[in-house]
Amino acid sequence: MGENGAGKSTLMSILYGFYTADSGTIRVNGTQHAITDSRHALALGIGMVHQHFMLVDNFTVLENVVLGAEDSGLLKPSLDRARQELDRLEHEYDLEVDPDATIEDISVGQQQRVEILKALYRGAETLILDEPTGVLTPKEADDLFRVLRTLREQGKTVILITHKLREIMAITDSVSVMRQGEMVATLETAKTNPEEIAELMVGRRVLLRVEKGPANPGKTLLEVQDLVVTDDMGVARVKGVSFSVRSGEIIGIAGVSGNGQSELLESISGMRDQKAGVVILNGQPLSLEGDDGAARARAAGLAHVPEDRQRMGLVTTFAEWENAILGYQDSPEYGAGALLDIAAAKQAATHHIELFDVRPANINLKTSLFSGGNQQKIVLAREMERDPDVLVIGQPTRGVDIGAIEFIHKEIIKMRDEGKAILLVSVELDEIRSLADRILVMFDGVIVGEADPATATEGELGLMMAGINNKTAPRGLGIAEQGPLP
Amino acid sequence: MSARRPLPRWADVALLPALNLLLAFLVSGMVVLLVGENPLHAIQVIIYGAFGYGDGFGYTLYYATNFVFTGLAVAVAAHAGLFNIGGDGQAYVAGLGAIVVALALDQTHWLLAMPAAVIAAAAVGGLWGFIPGWLQAKRGSHVVITTIMFNFIAAALMVYMVNRVLKPATTMAPESATIAVAGRVPQLRQFISFFGYSPVNLSIVIAILALIGVYILVWHTKFGYAMRVLGANPTASRYAGISNSKMIMITMTISGALAGMVAINEVMGVQNRLVLDYVAGAGFVGIAVALMGRNHPIGIALAALLFGALYQGGQELQFVIPGITREMIVVIQALVILFTGAMEGLFRPSLERAFMLFTPEQKAEAIAVSTTGSES
Repeated sequence: MGENGAGKSTLMSILYGFYTADSGTIRVNGTQHAITDSRHALALGIGMVHQHFMLVDNFTVLENVVLGAEDSGLLKPSLDRARQELDRLEHEYDLEVDPDATIEDISVGQQQRVEILKALYRGAETLILDEPTGVLTPKEADDLFRVLRTLREQGKTVILITHKLREIMAITDSVSVMRQGEMVATLETAKTNPEEIAELMVGRRVLLRVEKGPANPGKTLLEVQDLVVTDDMGVARVKGVSFSVRSGEIIGIAGVSGNGQSELLESISGMRDQKAGVVILNGQPLSLEGDDGAARARAAGLAHVPEDRQRMGLVTTFAEWENAILGYQDSPEYGAGALLDIAAAKQAATHHIELFDVRPANINLKTSLFSGGNQQKIVLAREMERDPDVLVIGQPTRGVDIGAIEFIHKEIIKMRDEGKAILLVSVELDEIRSLADRILVMFDGVIVGEADPATATEGELGLMMAGINNKTAPRGLGIAEQGPLP
Repeated sequence: MSARRPLPRWADVALLPALNLLLAFLVSGMVVLLVGENPLHAIQVIIYGAFGYGDGFGYTLYYATNFVFTGLAVAVAAHAGLFNIGGDGQAYVAGLGAIVVALALDQTHWLLAMPAAVIAAAAVGGLWGFIPGWLQAKRGSHVVITTIMFNFIAAALMVYMVNRVLKPATTMAPESATIAVAGRVPQLRQFISFFGYSPVNLSIVIAILALIGVYILVWHTKFGYAMRVLGANPTASRYAGISNSKMIMITMTISGALAGMVAINEVMGVQNRLVLDYVAGAGFVGIAVALMGRNHPIGIALAALLFGALYQGGQELQFVIPGITREMIVVIQALVILFTGAMEGLFRPSLERAFMLFTPEQKAEAIAVSTTGSES
């Protein structure tokens, strides 16, 4: 357990042999080892399931399990042996996967099982899982925890790396907390509580609940009608979505990642062409076609905090001050004519850093050298300080530490209370539930339902995220009639 | 788990290129040794030939003028993430613009003919850059491929234009009519006798203006900012509302226009007429110049001077030491390009480790790296 940048992943990478330690010792079953590479780690019975799966998409499950652990130059004997072994493992640990299915055809939860099977097949006694639930639905996460419990009962050691307190409380026996590269405490899970762990992680008391008053919605500021968006391959990812966001309200879009949320955000903010439908801002339809649609969206008063700050929201090789004007570079306040007013840009950057407490407070530092939380603050400051009417935010706290999460959530609520319309997309259900005033659930490119965060249970939301809507049709408010999908 | 630290800036921009250059000269020296000549004598001849006397220095500057233009052309495109290998072709066809205007205005005054020819050469060179840019932006054809192909198209086009259109009926050689004296770009030797008979001319002023102009364009204009965003992260530029397709087309046009300035130096300053193949590979040297100069005008100025010196010193070398042939000179030039351009990162890892030894805690880290043997 620990904040981002606390050293969790580095520590585990040393265990798995990706990095070598500068000093110190690693003992496996009492004997000291210097683990030099991952093959060595595997030989010692240490297996790792990475946050981003290391699978070959167009291979079958069986082929992926065997990959790198073949017995000889010929594949057939290895595959036959693996099939038997896999069968045994599946029964022993209750890990059902079809060995002949292609990876790209199975769900993310299933893919994760393949990763676990890979490690077990190689004889892992200790299993390291790095943020395993980030990509799973609540149901899939429950399944994973069931598997992990079985593994524990069968005598395996499971090391779970996570920043989600709930998971630690739900499944672990003991928890070690890291802060700034040091192990600050090791506790028995049964004898501690989330507040204590959070405090250990951050080093001060943190508010786990977002404090927010009731919403006070005014007129509709952002309206999306029958939006259809395709991805780069021409496949429809958003299939006719309609909703509206009023001033003083936060609409949360929940869903497992990859169900069209990214394309929806990119389309509304002008980064991606729309096949059909219309986006209306302040009563005026936005013209977003062409590859500079984002400039027109911004000019109309829409600010966009993108899902992936490093890929979209920032130019990480630029100095901080250069990123403080990204997207607003043509605005007259950064130079009247063709020339760029560097002094004005630096002044804005200094202002942003002060307001959002970005650290280190150095506008000339290369942006890639800031931590994830501070990078996110740079983006948020830039987008929020322009006083937009509508704020579109994707994954506001992905890869951001707890201290900064608290701050970012407060800022979002503040924007809402100032009468802005906020569209929030997040795969963190907890975040959606605590911030949003209304929740729309997206599955396979359509909105499958709407929920009230105050009353909806996690189970209900989880079912909708899996594409099943047991409730009756959504309660209007501009939502297109969308039946449950197969 | 010791991440390598980036080098201090001065080491990155000065020490590393210097080391690369040294290595290039060492290997070249071995080549010279192999043919039985004294490398120290050779280097002495090169340096004297390039800088030692007025004529030689003038020639160095004349070559450097071309390399500044082509180097800037590559650099401007590189800032937008585009690799323009078509500098040669762009510089070549730009000659059409230069010669047509120069011949039309050569009865007036160079103060009128030269700016007009600059505009015309820039327009034609720019067009030759714009077309690949347009193809990239609208059709997705990669500029690396199209600019190479446009070099060949340029070569064929120019043979046709010179032989069938521009060649006066009275001339036998494949060349255009000669520009009258009044329309030629003045030689520096007309003002400074130091330069002897060397062909360095007022185009060098345009080169200096271009260096300053590119600096302002890239780092002090909104356009330059957008260009650098596109070059560093095309997704972020789309996020920022920058029209990537428009940027690609404009940047390639500017790049082609810069390469086109070679025509002013050659056609109006040296040859006084349009001849075939006058670019003589300057477009490709520009790639090495831009690489070595880190796409920065100051670096490009220095690198252009170096390559100018190599060209001029090389000529001198084969003149003074008959054992070293024209081909040997090309080998030496190629080695410099190889070590300063293609293999410019050769010393980086060891240099980074060496720099870590300067402070105590970094020293401990460096030792840990070398003892464990593997780091990431």
